[in-house]
Amino acid sequence: MAYSEKVIEHYSNPRNVGSFPKDEPNVGTGVVGAPECGDVMKLQLKISDNGVIEDARFKTFGCGSAIASSSYVTELVKGKHIDEAMTIKNTVIVKELNLPPVKIHCSVLAEDAIKAAIADWRKRKGDNGASGEQPHQSKEA
Amino acid sequence: MLKKPVYMDNHATTRVDSRVLDAMLPYFTEKYGNAASRNHSFGWEAEEAVDRSRNQIAALIGAKSKEIIFTSGATESDNLAIKGVVEFYKDKGSHVISCVTEHKAVLDSCRALERAGKATVTYLPVDKYGMVDPDAVRRAITDKTVLITIMWANNEIGTIHPIAEIGRIAKEKGIIFHSDAVQAIGKVPVDFEKAGVDLASITAHKIYGPKGIGAIYVRSKGPRVRLTPMMDGGGHERGMRSGTLNVPGIVGLGAACEIAGMEMSEEARRLIQLRSQLQAGLFERLDEIYLNGHPTERLPGNLNVSFAYVEGESLLMGINDIAVSSGSACTSATLEPSYVIRALGIDDELAHSSIRFGLGRFNTLEEVDYVTDRVSKEVKRLREMSPLYEMAKEGIDLKSVNWKS
Repeated sequence: MAYSEKVIEHYSNPRNVGSFPKDEPNVGTGVVGAPECGDVMKLQLKISDNGVIEDARFKTFGCGSAIASSSYVTELVKGKHIDEAMTIKNTVIVKELNLPPVKIHCSVLAEDAIKAAIADWRKRKGDNGASGEQPHQSKEA
Repeated sequence: MLKKPVYMDNHATTRVDSRVLDAMLPYFTEKYGNAASRNHSFGWEAEEAVDRSRNQIAALIGAKSKEIIFTSGATESDNLAIKGVVEFYKDKGSHVISCVTEHKAVLDSCRALERAGKATVTYLPVDKYGMVDPDAVRRAITDKTVLITIMWANNEIGTIHPIAEIGRIAKEKGIIFHSDAVQAIGKVPVDFEKAGVDLASITAHKIYGPKGIGAIYVRSKGPRVRLTPMMDGGGHERGMRSGTLNVPGIVGLGAACEIAGMEMSEEARRLIQLRSQLQAGLFERLDEIYLNGHPTERLPGNLNVSFAYVEGESLLMGINDIAVSSGSACTSATLEPSYVIRALGIDDELAHSSIRFGLGRFNTLEEVDYVTDRVSKEVKRLREMSPLYEMAKEGIDLKSVNWKS
């Protein structure tokens, strides 16, 4: 299968590969996917107290498109407020990387990773995040 | 000087040997007669060439020349063998025994018969090396069994099945035994007569011959095997396969078989050496890599390994000047990895990480060294990027993780 130039570019020069220490209070970690499905993404976001994403790191087990999707996402979210980051749709990733239909699940995974990382950060902050939105768990409580 | 890209996917197909091509060429432009034309020299010339090819093939596989029926390739041969036997012997029974790691041409022929209500099929499992147990074959036999179809050697993991033992069981029980021998012929010694194989599928393009030509071996005595043909027409090939013979292709298949017969033992020795070097090099440089398939009972040119924590397709992308294949099915809609690797009972994650190296006649030591180096570097790079590798290094048992997929 032929890959788009952008996928190849991200795959060859992935941005922001690596890990932050997981226990840092301002770091949210999202791990999505499963090894048996052939895709696991770990996205970490360093988020300021007022909810701005200051830095991002990823590690991905998956095909070239999965690696490229996560690499792109780390660039995309940097500098954004988490409220805005929560609205990022996978279609943005599909468009940017010219992903073919069989690779759309990679972009979905990347979208899920953003949400998972932010949710993790909120949990760590004890629901006192700067976002106006209340986490689900406190609503249910 | 190393020529790139490096081709190391010789289970998929092979380059046509120039000696094969040379033998074929006159049959396109000079000796272009129809082998069925009985009344002029063009026809006689073509028929002679076809007869010569039949002899060359028969000599390689322990057959009589009249037992060779030409087809378009192994897919057709597999279809003809399985559907042809089930149809012809339908009054005797309708049970077929096969195996889960067979080629799709066999599995899908079996499934088509099941769907049509023409047969019930038992798909035998394999052990962790991909080998079928002859006793399991014996136990699966019922009084309705008309056909056993087990491949000689597997195209992904290279495992060679105990064909002679299965052949003995088939003979003892009076059941027809078909073997897809595509990967084995010309690579390891094959003798259908001795092995008790009654039907076998052959193709030219896996043995340095052209694509689009193959054959089916049909035993003529002890027992004489009958088939219902799939194509109606001029009654060529003793009525089993109508259609004007592909004379240049047939000449190519014959020449490929003759060369294989002359060079097989030397070539196998050389390929085993290259493969051992590749295997040793990779295992030396990398931790957590696993051999798929049988450690010894395997095709000389086959090396199938899983590089844990690295997804196969991404690895292929990183080594894009090397042609190999992967058991990862990242492109398939189901997201399921190779059914052959899964049948070995290994984790799906390792199946996604599997790479098949297929060494062949034209591979060199220099290429093996290049591939070893390139693959190890890329695996290391991708592991640095792999969250699974990181977790494993932190001592986390990946099986204990509750994955949210």
